[in-house]
Amino acid sequence: MEFFRFKRDIPFMSYGRITTAISLVTFILAVFFLFSRGLNLSVEFTGGTVMEVAYTQSVDLGQIRGRLTEAGLGEQTTVQNYGTSNSVIIRLPNKGKANATESSRVFDLISGVGTGAQLKSVEFIGPEVGQDLVTNGLLAILFVCIGIMAYLAIRFEWRFAIAAILANMHDVVIILGFFAFFRWEFSLTVLAAVLAVLGYSVNESVVVFDRIRENFRTIRGGSVAEIINNAITMTMSRTIITHGCTEMMVLSMLFFGGPSLHNFALALTIGILFGIYSSVLVASPLVMWFGVSRENLVKVVRSKEEAVV
Amino acid sequence: MSKFPLWKYLIIIIAVVVGFIYTLPNFYGETPAVQISAGHSNAPLDNNTLATINTYLSQNQITPSGEIFDGKTLKLRFSDTDIQLRARDLISQKLGQDYIVALNLVPASPLWFAKLNAKPMFLGLDLRGGVHFLLEIDMDAAVKKTLDKYAGDIKRDMRSNKIRYGNIEVNSNSVVISFRDSDTANNAFTQLKQDLPGILLSRDSGNNINAVITPEEMQKIKEAAVKQNILILHNRVNELGVAEPIIQQQGADRIVVELPGLQDTARARDLLGRTATLEVRLVDDDQVDLNQAIAGNVPGGKELLSETGGRAGKILVNKDVELTGDSITDAQPGFDENGAPAVNIRLDSSGAGIFKQVTGDNVGHRMAMVLVDNGRSEVVTAPVIRTQIGGGQVQISGAMTVEEANDVALLLRSGSLAAPMRVIEERTVGPSLGKENISKGFHSVQWGFAAIAVFMVIYYMIFGAIAVVSLSVNLLLLIAVLSMLQASLTLPGIAAIALALGMAIDSNVLINERIREELRQGRKPHIAIEAGYEHAWATILDSNVTTLIAGLALLAFGSGPVKGFAVVHCLGILTSMFSAVMVSRGIVGFLYARRHLTKLHI
Repeated sequence: MEFFRFKRDIPFMSYGRITTAISLVTFILAVFFLFSRGLNLSVEFTGGTVMEVAYTQSVDLGQIRGRLTEAGLGEQTTVQNYGTSNSVIIRLPNKGKANATESSRVFDLISGVGTGAQLKSVEFIGPEVGQDLVTNGLLAILFVCIGIMAYLAIRFEWRFAIAAILANMHDVVIILGFFAFFRWEFSLTVLAAVLAVLGYSVNESVVVFDRIRENFRTIRGGSVAEIINNAITMTMSRTIITHGCTEMMVLSMLFFGGPSLHNFALALTIGILFGIYSSVLVASPLVMWFGVSRENLVKVVRSKEEAVV
Repeated sequence: MSKFPLWKYLIIIIAVVVGFIYTLPNFYGETPAVQISAGHSNAPLDNNTLATINTYLSQNQITPSGEIFDGKTLKLRFSDTDIQLRARDLISQKLGQDYIVALNLVPASPLWFAKLNAKPMFLGLDLRGGVHFLLEIDMDAAVKKTLDKYAGDIKRDMRSNKIRYGNIEVNSNSVVISFRDSDTANNAFTQLKQDLPGILLSRDSGNNINAVITPEEMQKIKEAAVKQNILILHNRVNELGVAEPIIQQQGADRIVVELPGLQDTARARDLLGRTATLEVRLVDDDQVDLNQAIAGNVPGGKELLSETGGRAGKILVNKDVELTGDSITDAQPGFDENGAPAVNIRLDSSGAGIFKQVTGDNVGHRMAMVLVDNGRSEVVTAPVIRTQIGGGQVQISGAMTVEEANDVALLLRSGSLAAPMRVIEERTVGPSLGKENISKGFHSVQWGFAAIAVFMVIYYMIFGAIAVVSLSVNLLLLIAVLSMLQASLTLPGIAAIALALGMAIDSNVLINERIREELRQGRKPHIAIEAGYEHAWATILDSNVTTLIAGLALLAFGSGPVKGFAVVHCLGILTSMFSAVMVSRGIVGFLYARRHLTKLHI
């Protein structure tokens, strides 16, 4: 069976202007939402207490809120169902230092609201921890960018390195934009997903770049645009099949992984979709505009052979 | 197509066999066990201990279903939890206080796996339930404690040399001792330098002597504080009877404590963070002084303390501490002659000496046992000293409940923390949630894998089937490596397994697409396979290295769930490169190398 058999190369490069315009608009929108709405950071970053309480039957959230307000804990506290109507998740903000003991008090308060209350999990994060996590998260993104650029600059050429990083940072910003727009909770696990996407969609660009380099060697004549068009067309089938397979796995997590993996899978889904788009229609035009030519890669080709042997 | 060399087949076969052996223990589940380890260095744990236990158990009609002894801990398996509980009680009764006897779950796999060190994957707290604490040490308090000790040493030295001193002031990083004139100060300076070489002393232009802590020493104090606190935490956690606790330093002043399986967080939090220590001080029984102190005018060098147990009484005690909890070698709960709960304390030889001297010098006076718990000092009891007490046996009893006596004994026995700590992060996962997480993670992998397998076989036929086999080998190897390394597997870790499989298929897709392309260009099947693998390899390498870079960054900067994800992610990339390229190439070689092909099913 075969889905993709292209008789002629698709002239991707001639769409360059349109696709770049689309990217730019999405990117600016994402940045806009990031600033106007902000990320809905999880308790790991902001500090506070999150408790998950399960009852044997569904419970009235209003009653729980009422009890908490009575005890003076109503301020900034959110009470939501988690997964099913039997489970409740309660988020308490950080107040002063003596917060670690608050969870037991809250549980005592609300365990009488429904039958068979059971404290499934508690997470308390002091205010000291969150800041470190933000710093480390940003450091990780920086490190990934530098590492990948260095590798691509050595294996290919600086034009490829910069094009790949621009294309992929664009993906990351768009994922963050989605999380800001929909106010989905941004947790540490989602951060892991974002960084995984960074590696994963560079992967995609690399496959196309590899083909461009090979084409420069094997196809005599032909403009740079034609060579890139051919490279993208030839790898198109692989791109769709691979991402389709990865997405099947991710969807499986989305459907079977429960609430803990839900946002992780969402971030990956967006990342994969935009990853395909940006590698094909952002990274490659960028490489062309940076003025890549056959001569740029001749030297590199030799070093590639050595690396393979 | 060139022949796939024999040594490569051997590597594949060895990898698969080893992978299979180390993956197997994961399928056996767990069985209840009692875990025994030595409480301190001079409690021997050897085959004799094992024999003693076995004889004692068989006298009580209990036979363990298996035993695992690794030189440090002894694990006895039992068929069900009722027998496990009975056995635990019997063993701890037989062995006494010198051993830690805890309930545990151990793999139910045949014992020879344990000999090969093949264990199931180490499940993180979110999968098996338990408590995670991140504690931060109050370093200022650690430094203050050292300075207080300096001040105490200096005072004692001055007193024994009959040198009169004035005010002693403890600042943030120094102690200032003032003297009435510069001659006395000079005199004291010479004496102190000779007697206390460990303290960095300096004379200033006035009548003062400064004892300063240098930055290097400050560093040492901080490091020592972390070390001591970790040690004390170990002692306290052992008392809680947790089977496989993790206690580690994180950063300069933080300690991670993970207690799998523990549910009573309130008690754990209480015991871990407490800084209880005992101080022996003399009581000022002068009624005038006491009244003045109660009126708010506390005489110099004295302190007004309340009594424990909510008793209204106030007692005026000297600020000078005669003896601290550091001299305690053992503390056990018990009862005094009136049947009230008490704590029996044994002192080390120097402590016993000091105690003998203090009681001898102060017959007829009252002596206060002050319990300092989380920075709050309370008098537990303040008996009148009737005679000199030697031998280092001390009993304290006051208005304590049995439970309080137990906790105080535990805290005194496990030693005092070098500096107070507070909980800055806490995670509790109930056992039911852990099980739920495992099954959800498992289902995600299962259904995702099934979908990919079906699709690959339909789309690439035989080469799709080959890809699925190598993907299975990938999963096998990944689980085997995780089991071998005993890296803790968390829910994000399971997500990373799923993602690793979803991404690993890329290599096979690349290869298969390439082979199709070569075929389309009119190459013969054998040459197409050869060329497909060769051309795809460079791309596979490049794309995996870039993914690995991202994985390593996560590993380096991530903490908690991110780290759990990163470890599996990185390992997954490595195993996928092996299985997608080597294993699938091996299978292709095995199927096609010796056959004449006119058509490929791809």
